[in-house]
Amino acid sequence: MRNRMKPPAALLAIGLAATACTGEGGGGGGAGAYPRNETLYTTGTQWGPPANWNPIMNWTYATGTVGYAYETLFLYDPYADEYTPWLAESGDWTGEDTYELKLREGVEWTDGEPLTADDVVFTVELGQMDSVPYSSLWDWLDGAEAVDDHTVRFTFSDPRRQEWANWIYSNAIVPEHLWADRSEEEVSSGANEDPIGTGPYVYETHDEDRMVWAKNEDWWATEALGHEVRPDHIVDIVNSSNDVALGLLTQNDIDISNNFLPGVDQTIDGDPQISSYHPEPPYMLSANTAWLVMNMERAPMDDPEFRRALAHSIDMQRIVEGPYSNLVEPADPTGLLPAWEDFVDRSVVDEHGFSHDPDEARRLLEEAGYTDENGDGLVETPDGDPVDLTIIVPSGWTDWMEAIRIISESAQEVGIDLDAEFPDEAALQDARETGEFDMLINNERQLSNTPWTYYEYLFQLPVQERQTRTNFGRYENEEAWGLVQDLARTPVEDREGMQEIISELQEIHLTEMPVIPLWYNGLWSQVNNGTWTNWPSAAEDTPDHLPTTWRNYNQLGAILTLTEIEPAQ
Amino acid sequence: MWRYFGRKLFVYALTFFVAVTINWMIPRFMPGDPVRSMLARASVGDAEALESMRDYYSSLFGLDQPVWRQYLNFWGSLAQGDLGTSVWLFPAPVSEVIMGAVPYTLGLLIPAILLSWFAGNKFGAFAARGKWLDNTVLPVGYLLTATPYMWLGILLAWSLGIVAGIFPTAGAYGFALQPSWSWPFLASLLLHWFLPFLSLFLVAFGGWAIGMRNMIIYELEADYSNYLEALGAPRRLIRGYAFRNAMLPQLTGLALQLGTIVAGALLTEIVFSYPGLGNLILEALNNRDFFLLQGAFLFIVLGVLIANFVIDVLYVLVDPRIRMQMQGGTA
Repeated sequence: MRNRMKPPAALLAIGLAATACTGEGGGGGGAGAYPRNETLYTTGTQWGPPANWNPIMNWTYATGTVGYAYETLFLYDPYADEYTPWLAESGDWTGEDTYELKLREGVEWTDGEPLTADDVVFTVELGQMDSVPYSSLWDWLDGAEAVDDHTVRFTFSDPRRQEWANWIYSNAIVPEHLWADRSEEEVSSGANEDPIGTGPYVYETHDEDRMVWAKNEDWWATEALGHEVRPDHIVDIVNSSNDVALGLLTQNDIDISNNFLPGVDQTIDGDPQISSYHPEPPYMLSANTAWLVMNMERAPMDDPEFRRALAHSIDMQRIVEGPYSNLVEPADPTGLLPAWEDFVDRSVVDEHGFSHDPDEARRLLEEAGYTDENGDGLVETPDGDPVDLTIIVPSGWTDWMEAIRIISESAQEVGIDLDAEFPDEAALQDARETGEFDMLINNERQLSNTPWTYYEYLFQLPVQERQTRTNFGRYENEEAWGLVQDLARTPVEDREGMQEIISELQEIHLTEMPVIPLWYNGLWSQVNNGTWTNWPSAAEDTPDHLPTTWRNYNQLGAILTLTEIEPAQ
Repeated sequence: MWRYFGRKLFVYALTFFVAVTINWMIPRFMPGDPVRSMLARASVGDAEALESMRDYYSSLFGLDQPVWRQYLNFWGSLAQGDLGTSVWLFPAPVSEVIMGAVPYTLGLLIPAILLSWFAGNKFGAFAARGKWLDNTVLPVGYLLTATPYMWLGILLAWSLGIVAGIFPTAGAYGFALQPSWSWPFLASLLLHWFLPFLSLFLVAFGGWAIGMRNMIIYELEADYSNYLEALGAPRRLIRGYAFRNAMLPQLTGLALQLGTIVAGALLTEIVFSYPGLGNLILEALNNRDFFLLQGAFLFIVLGVLIANFVIDVLYVLVDPRIRMQMQGGTA
């Protein structure tokens, strides 16, 4: 019997022997197809096995499908507020309703065919299919025609210039010669294996837990703009756990992690090789605003005075220092992202802004008639009804869960009975769309080229039976929505015109308070400088691009980060 | 004999039908709409555009049909081996997604279950003999079997992975490698497999060892053992009988284990970011991916039923009482 006990021991021996053979152990180590010092290992965007490479399916394509393989007409740098011509050489409004686009010459698809005006017209016209995400473009676009091989003219029925400026850098161009014969099903829900684009990388291989891109040696931008992407390969690692991502990062098995890693501030402070954009709090750039959304169809949230009082009660500093350990910043009262700082009208903020001030909150409540009649320490409405409210966030989102506990405590402190609850995410989504909630936290809108996207979220009308993407609180204000539409039509160059509208919107926001801005979620990004250096950071002598691999961020200039990183010595 | 297997097969078929039906029902009674949560990630500003996309995808998945129709369609396509399309990993077919993950899970589970069962039984039986061994194996066994797989996994990943740097802590093979029949690849595969395997193996091993030890002691004190001893039979013979008798409950346990350990592998796979079925199930659940969830559970149900059937057959070989029963049945 003694002899037969050997298998596990033998296995252990094999395991150890295998270790001895390869030695380096870690994910990136050892000899392989992708040498460590020529490959960029990333993680943080791909939450499941790569399943499609279809740039039209902008919510599910494998990371890099747009940016690495397919490209957009322009890039937009949110911090410099600059549109960089990319596939396009230039684009101008030639008339009130016409926009003319000049394409760059000499751009080729990776199968050798040239990029022409027909490809652009074809891509735009795909939007006439209902199942294509940008189909609403055709509500205000009249037509697109190829004037010659490299010129496209767009005519608009309603020239929404801000929205158009957003479209031209958000959507990738696809090749007509490969896509023209595809059915609607293939266009809007095909896997598009073997993507043929114009970008700096081509599809190499994929597996359940990785996506691998290989450098396109003939990328047009190398000749035209002098940009060369440095890594020969990009290996994007799928992982579902923050602990795993942190482990890989500290062992230099990945170069950049775009995961939210709670407590990573300690790692950054303790390990000189690991850095983030800022060397001190908040460590990260800001990517979106988290709002407290209140349901306007329920009392007392339908009372702006109540909403303002609630805003004054929230102790944001405690949230920033507690669950976030200073990885985020408290939001400006307007909620406009730091990239839009110039649009914040200080005079409006000084007059109507709010900050954590329990006494002021109590005063506002009392003034509006919310008093404690029955002596239980909690206020009742002016009609004498008890206030019994619930705030919800998805179960498992630990940082948000902790945050709403603090919000609920802050509210209790000034006498508002507010409880925190954590339903399952799908249930919450359903409640959010149908308006079956009191309060929740949401951060649907990202950094973009214009605060228009922000205000569209806040004020979009009409309120529908199901609010799927915007205005979950069902706030109705025709004037504000009119201003948002005016903003959409304002040319992006007309800063003064934009400012005027935005100031008015800020005033409406701060006096009416349809949502309470809470904090700026970070553009989570931490890098290991062991293999690649010269990552973007706040320091003077480093690049200013966005250090991220997130979906839809390559168009915001994140792709340029790959042209600036350098091999470590 | 055929009646015995016939009856068993009928029970299995019925179990399969009920399990698959329940499995089909559960996700549909959970709150939330899979297409909606899929499209929630699309950057579509316009509510109307989103609605038309939703209609399009709902009809693509057949979710716009009445529930009874969806149920019939489900069995229809199941008969053709079609498990549908994954919502989360759209547009990958569910069968393809599962087949990509299954080898990793089976590669972890089968060796872990069988080796721990084998080693645990041997060790337990062995421990029942010696006082010194019994005093060490028993507490260690209890400790191991009470340890959650996930916790042990984290401990192993931390100590042998991060601190000692011997084993990698994520993935199924080196991220710099491509699958091939080469030594570096196979070594990397084995290296990545080892820690998740070890965490599963150790926990299960403790349970088997304790079970076997207790059973052997019980059997050695049973009347037949005492009788044999009084007759002057060699200790070796008595032990042999005791071992065979003690094996029966362990065999049943093995069958059950084959079913329940998937839950353990689920957490283990997440700890080690191992691309198996466990990871898929969790994500499918989070993303309301009905079709993937059904496919994965179908696979597990089939696995459990097959394992039980194999054990039924083994019983016939090991337990003379069942052979007797069968002969009685045919007579």
